[in-house]
Amino acid sequence: MRATVLVRPKPGILDPQGEAVGSALGHLGFEVEDARVGKVIDLEVEAADAAAAKAQVEQMCERLLANPLIESYEVEIVG
Amino acid sequence: MVTYPGSQDDRDALWALAALDAEAVPVWHEERELPDLDAVVLPGGFSYGDHLRCGAIARFSPATAAVREFADAGGFVLGICNGFQILCEAGLLPGALLRNESLRFVCRDVPVTVERDDLPFTTRCTAGGRLVLPVKHGDGRYLPPPDLDPAQVVLRYVDNPNGSVEGIAGVCNEAGNVMGLMPHPEHAVDPLLGSDDGALLLASLVDAARERVLAAI
Repeated sequence: MRATVLVRPKPGILDPQGEAVGSALGHLGFEVEDARVGKVIDLEVEAADAAAAKAQVEQMCERLLANPLIESYEVEIVG
Repeated sequence: MVTYPGSQDDRDALWALAALDAEAVPVWHEERELPDLDAVVLPGGFSYGDHLRCGAIARFSPATAAVREFADAGGFVLGICNGFQILCEAGLLPGALLRNESLRFVCRDVPVTVERDDLPFTTRCTAGGRLVLPVKHGDGRYLPPPDLDPAQVVLRYVDNPNGSVEGIAGVCNEAGNVMGLMPHPEHAVDPLLGSDDGALLLASLVDAARERVLAAI
């Protein structure tokens, strides 16, 4: 089963990468009020069904993929 | 001295500790048990390529599990730079280290203020005094947890080089037997290299480890 994990810097955490990207977009003429840079992690996991896959990937996020102090995560099971 | 794949300052730290009369031994990251040690140093570098987050993967290596047991039993553990990042990821120290605010790698000597001189890592220093130590990192912006006890701050930058919250350069755990810092004391143990202030921190650790051994006899 395929899963996609989105890891984002938590609100309020200074994200200098996002600021640099936002400023570069501004130089290109785009009007960007805010930009934040996170990560996408695509996984292929063995699981009986989507719910089991989600539970498993959430554990991966808690233990390794995200640092709860600075990052939030979202798990999407693609099927 | 634990060596992970990607550690790069382990030899300097071994050399610096030996210069301070410590019997420093390397421990490979796959070791599940530590030899009979009086203190552990986690060196700087880029363990496991710093993939995902700095220190995030080293946290799960067998040697780190052994270091956790050593620390839980009251053993002294010092994490330098990447070693500090590993201790934070492992939950042995509070907080996290993020990309420098400037997005630039900083590599220069910086002055830091010593906040505490009562720890196994700082007894040769004076609270309120200054040390000059080199920093070299891209991910050194310290973010403390909201409930960090200010007494856990050990070192602060005089001129913040990376955007660390409240200029924090080094912290310890609540018990005071685990400390991490971004500056490199092992690169500053000889005046020929610009500063020997790092020797004060490392020699404090050597003193404390020796006293702990004597107390146990």
